[in-house]
Amino acid sequence: MTAAGRFEIITTGHAAGEAPSPVTPKNVSHLAGTPNPSAAALSEKFPLAVERTLVVWGETVVYVSRTSVLEMMEWLRDDPTQRYDYLSDVTAVEYRDFDQPLEVVWHLRSLPFRRFLRVKVQLPKSGPLEVPSVWSIWKSADWLERECFDMFGIKFTGHPDLRRILMWEQYREGYPLRKDFPLRGRFSRAEQLRQALAQNPESRYSMEELTVADAFEDLPEDMRRRLSAGEKTGE
Amino acid sequence: MADTRTLEVELSTTGLDAQGRPQRVPLVTGGDTGDFSVSPPPSLEPELTADHMLINLGPQHPATHGVLRLVLELEGETVVRCIPHIGYLHCGFEKIGEYRQYNQIITWTDREDYLNSIGNNVAFALGAERLWGIDITERCTVLRVIACELSRIISHLVWLGTTCIDIGAFTPFLWAFQERENVYNLLEGWVGARLTTSATRVGGMAADIPAGWLDGLRNFIRTFPNTVDEIDRMLTKNAIWVGRTVGLGIMTPEEAINWGLSGPMLRASGVDYDVRKDFPYLDYETYDFDVPVGTNGDVYDRYLVRMEELRQSVRILQQAFDRLPDGPINVDDPRVILPPKSKATSEMESMIHHFKHVMEGPRPPVGESYVAVESPKGEKGYYMVSDGTSKPVRWRIRPPSFVNLSAIPKMVEGHLLSDVIAINASIDIVMGEIDR
Repeated sequence: MTAAGRFEIITTGHAAGEAPSPVTPKNVSHLAGTPNPSAAALSEKFPLAVERTLVVWGETVVYVSRTSVLEMMEWLRDDPTQRYDYLSDVTAVEYRDFDQPLEVVWHLRSLPFRRFLRVKVQLPKSGPLEVPSVWSIWKSADWLERECFDMFGIKFTGHPDLRRILMWEQYREGYPLRKDFPLRGRFSRAEQLRQALAQNPESRYSMEELTVADAFEDLPEDMRRRLSAGEKTGE
Repeated sequence: MADTRTLEVELSTTGLDAQGRPQRVPLVTGGDTGDFSVSPPPSLEPELTADHMLINLGPQHPATHGVLRLVLELEGETVVRCIPHIGYLHCGFEKIGEYRQYNQIITWTDREDYLNSIGNNVAFALGAERLWGIDITERCTVLRVIACELSRIISHLVWLGTTCIDIGAFTPFLWAFQERENVYNLLEGWVGARLTTSATRVGGMAADIPAGWLDGLRNFIRTFPNTVDEIDRMLTKNAIWVGRTVGLGIMTPEEAINWGLSGPMLRASGVDYDVRKDFPYLDYETYDFDVPVGTNGDVYDRYLVRMEELRQSVRILQQAFDRLPDGPINVDDPRVILPPKSKATSEMESMIHHFKHVMEGPRPPVGESYVAVESPKGEKGYYMVSDGTSKPVRWRIRPPSFVNLSAIPKMVEGHLLSDVIAINASIDIVMGEIDR
């Protein structure tokens, strides 16, 4: 290729100023590490929303309230002193102790500042398992949130296409990574096999795909109604 | 009357007579009367005459690199919309991990990104060691760097070979796979397995390198760059290769960051994010190597970045080879390391220790860790949560090719159907890692 490229090269760590270049962490302390400066900035900016902050093995964890997630994430990405432009991961944790709340975990990276931050929301099992989607901020949340919904049943409100992703859409056994889901599945092996063989996912198209082909408009009225109600073709 | 000629043509499926010979079909050259003796065949599928067409690519297709299904909406040959379907290989690794001790999970990490198995072993061990707060020994660190870079070379060679096949070049595939065979021979000499290595343990390695192994590594470091140069000469300025890759699937740097791309995909778009440089592990900051960065963000730049990474991996291997110190490979920490076998069979305390270690498993303190490494596909992270028992509450894999693949609808839209193959190949997906 020619030397003159089309994109300006973005250098990570360019906003970190005179900060020393990163090194491999050694002798990491269990709970006595230095917190990420973003945690203090968050508590200052959103004093009511930040529930608590702790440092575990050198990684800062910020517990926030569910209602202000979207606002905080937007601030974290856009504020010139934070610039968390990279969403590494979205996942959830359910503890073995049933009374402990479910946790939704976001792993954020600030490439300009070379920072790493873990944001958590606790969802008590008595309430609705819903958190705001961060899809509008980071597009990488698209599949990560779908997977989290598929595996834990957590609804990300505002996600444009929250469907199952790893399991098939007609999967009825529940959410596999929940602790009340048995390791071998809920149904007997014979029933699981019967359901899996009855699936034949290649023979169906989802509603979205039918509208793609414009074939949907050509269908008779009653069939369109049935499909809109969630019935699948290709049975 | 129109003058009538008889031509022998071979029709694709029909048109054979009872003896299997092609039928003679009278063709009519256009006359004024419009009297055609052969009427056009009736359309079997009238809907397909509509503007858009739906194509199912996969899940069983050699160019999808696994069981990936892409539903493509085509206008002519141009892709208007792409809807990926995954999950065909899902086997619940993360769920199984909650029922396994930490050292038992290492065998599962082999099987997710199976082209980078020894690199996954290292990444998992680093994450688990963070949960105990263990710093591994000097020799173990260097050996793990060697393992990671060998694994990167394997993965990039498989990527190179299969992408060549997808685009229509066969020879570089053979060269790449021959070199991959050499690396697998090295790994086999070290840990006894080729693909499913399970090479690490929490706090160390399963085995030290055998005597004479370094000669094989030295030989590989000496000869491998020649193969890279050869493939480079074959492809980089090849008109067909350039024609099939330049300008395809472009992601701007801002888009690439926003879509969470990582590894060569991100760097080809002009972002120099490399976990080895930005969030170092295994003392990578003490090695002298460059991070290749593209500026066009297309398939061709991804190829250039991966080719340069092969050369940089050789540089790192050379430095690791030069500095490999003597000493133990396992940390001196009875919480995670078994007592020597001779002691376990002769001393009561060591035998009890051995028994409890194997049957119950080592227990990390309550805590959590997310350790990311630069896998050949990108940022691979292992997130582990411990509640103080010998099995993790949650073992999460952050799969780089899962996130990279999620951008495929954006990358293929507006390109030709044949370019979907090249773009999909450039992502370097491994479905074992995506579906887990």
